Amino acid sequence: MVDLWSGLAQAFWLVVTLDAELVEIALRSLRVTLSALAVACVIALPLAAFVAVKRFRARRFVIAILNALMGLPPVVVGLVVYVFLSRSGPLGVMGLLFTPTAMIIAQTIIIVPLIASIAHQSIRDLWQEYHDLLISMNVTQGQKIRTLLWDCRRALLTAALAGFGRAIGEVGAIMIVGGNIDHATRVLTTAIALETGKGEFALALALGFVLIGLAVAVNLAIHWLGRTEREGGW
Amino acid sequence: MQLFPMTAKGIESRRRGQVLVGPIDLTLDGTGACVVVGPNGAGKTTLLRLLHGTARLSAGQINWACPTDEARHHQGFVFQRPVMLRRTVLQNLIYPLRLRGVPLAQARDRARDWAARVGLADMLDRAAPVLSGGEQQKLALARALISEPKVLFLDEPCAALDGRATREIEEILTHAKSTGTRLILSTHDMGQARRLADQVLFLLGGRIHESGPAETFFNRPETPQARAFLRGDIVE
Repeated sequence: MVDLWSGLAQAFWLVVTLDAELVEIALRSLRVTLSALAVACVIALPLAAFVAVKRFRARRFVIAILNALMGLPPVVVGLVVYVFLSRSGPLGVMGLLFTPTAMIIAQTIIIVPLIASIAHQSIRDLWQEYHDLLISMNVTQGQKIRTLLWDCRRALLTAALAGFGRAIGEVGAIMIVGGNIDHATRVLTTAIALETGKGEFALALALGFVLIGLAVAVNLAIHWLGRTEREGGW
Repeated sequence: MQLFPMTAKGIESRRRGQVLVGPIDLTLDGTGACVVVGPNGAGKTTLLRLLHGTARLSAGQINWACPTDEARHHQGFVFQRPVMLRRTVLQNLIYPLRLRGVPLAQARDRARDWAARVGLADMLDRAAPVLSGGEQQKLALARALISEPKVLFLDEPCAALDGRATREIEEILTHAKSTGTRLILSTHDMGQARRLADQVLFLLGGRIHESGPAETFFNRPETPQARAFLRGDIVE
């Protein structure tokens, strides 16, 4: 209990004094995760819409794979990305290992299946509703996908937030590919792991509270921006 | 661009070996309202969808006076249960125009005009899915007519509506007919069929049992089944 209280107190002071190191780490966490989220959405949302409307041979298989990959172990993703980016790996010449870019790549891989799966569910439901109308209006495949993505935007927001939640709290992959290097690749989760390992429970807890606060704040901000739960029934 | 005459030769719709509709031979010319009547399961909806091209032909062919791709561009379809885009009324009306590449400002003007024509002028910014059933159907009708189709298919458009909403919709349809839109409409409401029809197709068991000008069909039906149907007897 003492640790918990002193953790809270320390978190409070870290935040109100805008501790330089904390701000740096928190901003890096946000930068890495939001970048990964943006890249993942650009890949996952059109993919989800495509799988929802297009009939092709491997469709069921792709959906099953996407669903299965939702539970992809981050540590394994980290390992694979590490192997690819390491000096002797196929992408080694790019020198990306132990950089924030490597962390963004790893997190993107982790959350693409999650976002695509959740998005696919809601787009498929909406497609069932719209099917007759859009077919009757003779829309092209591109118009169809754009319409579905736009009218599904609130459900897609939820998918994106789920992806954000998974990425911001993820430690296994970014620890491996980022290396938790001070002032370079240290983010909130890796810092927590480090401080816990050092026995600095209060500081670790303080960082943990900041992490939770950050996640809640981002969610609230996106909900507020997207005006969810306000107008209409969707 | 001329769509009519349209000829359907031996069209059939089968599912799992069972014939739902057909074989049907049909020629339609380009004016007035053609009303499709018949008991439930006679194939009214399927026939409309076959002609519109949203249901797959199992056999036969449909020929419009122009290439089929072009013809599909000049058709509209109104469903029994209106499908509302999850957008505002204005955006629902704009949608088909934007698909056709009409500039946004022009599309807005036309949408406002059409909203006024169907009595939705003061609901432009309401979300379409929360409108009442009658309002939704009027919106669906306006959305189908806004792109000025040469032919409009309507599948029991007033099935779930009360008298007032039905009358409003019929007024819109009558006006559309007078401006040269070909209507092909299925209905269970014999009163509506009498009010709107220029020509009647009586469907029974997936085939055209009797067809002809509305006046002849309603006053001097030829077949005993049609007579029974018009009397209100149950025809199977």
